[in-house]
Amino acid sequence: MSLIEGRTGEWEVVIGLEVHAQIISNAKLFSGAATAFGAEPNTQVSPVDAGFPGMLPVINRRCVEQAVKTGLGLAARINLHSVFDRKNYFYADLPQGYQISQYLTPVVGKGSIILDMPDGSAREIGITRLHLEQDAGKSLHDQQATSTYVDLNRSGVGLMEIVSEPDMRTAEEAGAYLRKLRSILRYLGTCDGNMEEGSMRCDVNVSVRKPGAPLGTRCEIKNVNSVRFVMLAIDYEARRQVEVLEDGGEIRQETRLFDSGRGTTRPMRSKENAHDYRYFPDPDLLPLILDPAWVEGIKRTLPELPDAKKSRFVRDYGLSVEDAGVLVAEQESADYFEAVARGRDAKLAANWVMGDLFGALNRLGRRIEDSPVSAAGLGEMIDLIADGTLSGRLAKDVFAGMVETGASPAAIVEERGLRQVTDTGEIETAIDAVLAANGDKVAEYRSGKDKLFGFFVGQVMKATQGKANPATLNEILRNKLAG
Amino acid sequence: MTNLTDLTIAEARDGLAAKRFTARELTAAHVAAVEAVRPLNAFITETPELALAQAESSDARLLRGEARPLEGLPLAIKDLFCTKEVLTTAASHILDGFKPPYESTVTQNLWDAGAVMLGKLNLDEFAMGSSTTTSFYGPTESPWRRDGDNRALVPGGSSGGSAAAVAARAALGATGTDTGGSIRQPASFVGIVGLKPTYGRCSRWGTIAFASSLDQAGPMTRSVRDAAIMLKAMAGHDPKDSTSAPQAVPDFEAALSGDIRGLKIGIPKEYRVDGMKREIEALWQRGIDWIKDAGAEPVEISLPMTKYALATYYIIAPAEASSNLARYDGVRFGLRVPGKTLDEMYELTRAEGFGAEVQRRILIGTYVLSAGYYDAYYLKAQRVRTLIARDFAEAYKQVECILTPTTPSTAFAIGEKSDDPIAMYLNDVFTVPVNLAGLPGISVPAGLGEDGLPLGLQVIGRAFDEATILRVAGVIERAAGFTARPQFLAGRS
Repeated sequence: MSLIEGRTGEWEVVIGLEVHAQIISNAKLFSGAATAFGAEPNTQVSPVDAGFPGMLPVINRRCVEQAVKTGLGLAARINLHSVFDRKNYFYADLPQGYQISQYLTPVVGKGSIILDMPDGSAREIGITRLHLEQDAGKSLHDQQATSTYVDLNRSGVGLMEIVSEPDMRTAEEAGAYLRKLRSILRYLGTCDGNMEEGSMRCDVNVSVRKPGAPLGTRCEIKNVNSVRFVMLAIDYEARRQVEVLEDGGEIRQETRLFDSGRGTTRPMRSKENAHDYRYFPDPDLLPLILDPAWVEGIKRTLPELPDAKKSRFVRDYGLSVEDAGVLVAEQESADYFEAVARGRDAKLAANWVMGDLFGALNRLGRRIEDSPVSAAGLGEMIDLIADGTLSGRLAKDVFAGMVETGASPAAIVEERGLRQVTDTGEIETAIDAVLAANGDKVAEYRSGKDKLFGFFVGQVMKATQGKANPATLNEILRNKLAG
Repeated sequence: MTNLTDLTIAEARDGLAAKRFTARELTAAHVAAVEAVRPLNAFITETPELALAQAESSDARLLRGEARPLEGLPLAIKDLFCTKEVLTTAASHILDGFKPPYESTVTQNLWDAGAVMLGKLNLDEFAMGSSTTTSFYGPTESPWRRDGDNRALVPGGSSGGSAAAVAARAALGATGTDTGGSIRQPASFVGIVGLKPTYGRCSRWGTIAFASSLDQAGPMTRSVRDAAIMLKAMAGHDPKDSTSAPQAVPDFEAALSGDIRGLKIGIPKEYRVDGMKREIEALWQRGIDWIKDAGAEPVEISLPMTKYALATYYIIAPAEASSNLARYDGVRFGLRVPGKTLDEMYELTRAEGFGAEVQRRILIGTYVLSAGYYDAYYLKAQRVRTLIARDFAEAYKQVECILTPTTPSTAFAIGEKSDDPIAMYLNDVFTVPVNLAGLPGISVPAGLGEDGLPLGLQVIGRAFDEATILRVAGVIERAAGFTARPQFLAGRS
């Protein structure tokens, strides 16, 4: 547990996260309107989403399926009976004057997420609940000086609100939680986890207390739109609260906004009137009753999730826990790795994927799905190493060529003549030439200067343009020098 | 030729089939009748061109022998149903100029059955009221007058425009909606038949919501048979309304066998409320005698939670309304009164756009849902509602339907109860429990009160058993032989 050092001693930070994850589905939660991001304003709006008189919501089965799938992926209890409630408040981008949400009985109950911390430890973070709700529209205050524009494309889009227990104690844990949650959602295909486009949004609850003391008063920091900002916001907010308390002040329960420019938080509205949302069951919707067999059916379609995949990578491929963790963070990396590793030296495959490939992708700013080097190509290249066509060193050049041109490794080997020389005669000739040209060094070596061995290797490699098989080279050279 | 506006739906249907007159003639007579009843202020919007165009196409179908169940029959629509490109107001200022881009399922079903639309009918604002006096478009007058008293009377409400238009022979039938009695009470007040179907029988999609868990559309007609014909066309499962029931719609007209022998009919003792007028008591007794004469067996039953129904209703209905009416905010449609801030625009728009009764109910509803009051009011009301439904379920172990008066009195004069909301709310005492339990109920004219005004009897049925209450109502209708006519009749005065 890591604590904050204050003037009056140590403080413990208590963090809970509420994540709004936009459900991947073609249609909205209660209307048939489309959900694509970035469409022209007010082009993806049905009269239901615009709150027109007499319009009624009808639950989108696909969204329920996605929520249940997510619940199962979070090892959570699926509530076979849940209820939609109305959360009433007035705002220009909330056309009905209420948001349909789930208040007392969410579709998903308690679950958990395992975090792998950088120090190798694991932390289990409780999930309190997951409920379905509709998104509001968007108010655009910057289009014109004296009016606000409203875009209802987002109005009615299905969200999963995933609420954690206040189980996190550091900004790092909160960051790890968000990354792990995002990874699970992406594996499940229930949310794309894109925080920049707003398809995953996060509210952060932070409080501080003396270790062992009851929970302190919390502040909620709204809509922090990247993992990094979440961590910055927590660090700032925790220190702010400690300062206030150590100065003899009190923490007021309030909603605060994160200012990403300054890295600070500030109260959201000065006259934040205590909202009374007047929740009550939506009479337009019947309780959501799930058939246990249907839930079982969804369970059977669950993909292998990161934790299980990681264990399997360790078990089946002999990878270290750390390497397996890196590879499974994104399903695409894991799939890529497996395509490369299948039937090959898995550790070698892991090293190439995490080393040269990730390095190249980083440099190019590309995602693994758009990698210039296909998994099949990388696999072929590893085969060329295995059959002795390429040395490790030559392979680096070939790989660079593949990144650059997208060509197959065999083609690059042919075209650039990068085939490893294993012909002992050819290597012997090269060694002889080097030894003959460096008689003084040979004498020095033979009188005990062992370190010169590397020099000879280098000279021979240079003479063969790096193509000499290192093992063969070493063996013959040693013999000749000994001779 | 017979007076075309005096026909029932069944007679008009048969007359068209027998080519005794054309749909155009029938519609033209009704278009003229709609004009003639203007003094009653029953219509908010008249749509004569649309009606005549529909009638032309009905005539073409009739000629081709492709008549649908309501082919060419002119009906009028309560202005709570959204009608595509036709002004739809809910009788509220706040919906100024609102022309929906969609058609409600119930009206669409009627047009698909061949019906002709005469126009949109007045109502209490957002269907909140029992008198049709809270409309932004002014009160509707009943076509009836008390004996020896020429004061204008209310037609009841909230479907008062529907009641007045049908009673005055300006439409063969009309749609109504019933949240706490809004079909049955006005039907009783003007001497016509009004049927509130089982909750979920008719789709609520495209009908402007008052209280979603109680609202139900139904027919208002001059005969029980007409109600059966019209309900058949209006009803049906609608995937666009999650609360619409996936139930087959029977042939209600075929169920009108007139045979109720052996049927056990409950007479709830709790409906003998304190201070009930003797004439109501007597009417009820006559009804009991009629069904007994027809071979049914009246059985005294107990519905002990009845006394809590009105209080329960006046918590649940306003609670839902306060939320349902939040969308009228001046942002997207209807009236907008500009303000310096968003909040000010809301306040000015809603203060000007909503009338006093609507504002009263929004306030009550907001209050009972507020933190700290929710459990004491809304939650408790929901529990009582469950008990009320259980009362009926218990009774239906003994009986197949229930007979009660529809209203505790005959119609009152415009303005008579407007300063006393409680007295006004008491109008619904016999009708409200039916909505709370989601059951079907029908009001059928059974006689006249001492003041010469119509009175109805109510038959309450089991869920989705409209067929039985229609059959019982048919027997009462025949026994009562109600032939009284309002003083104001289209084309007659």
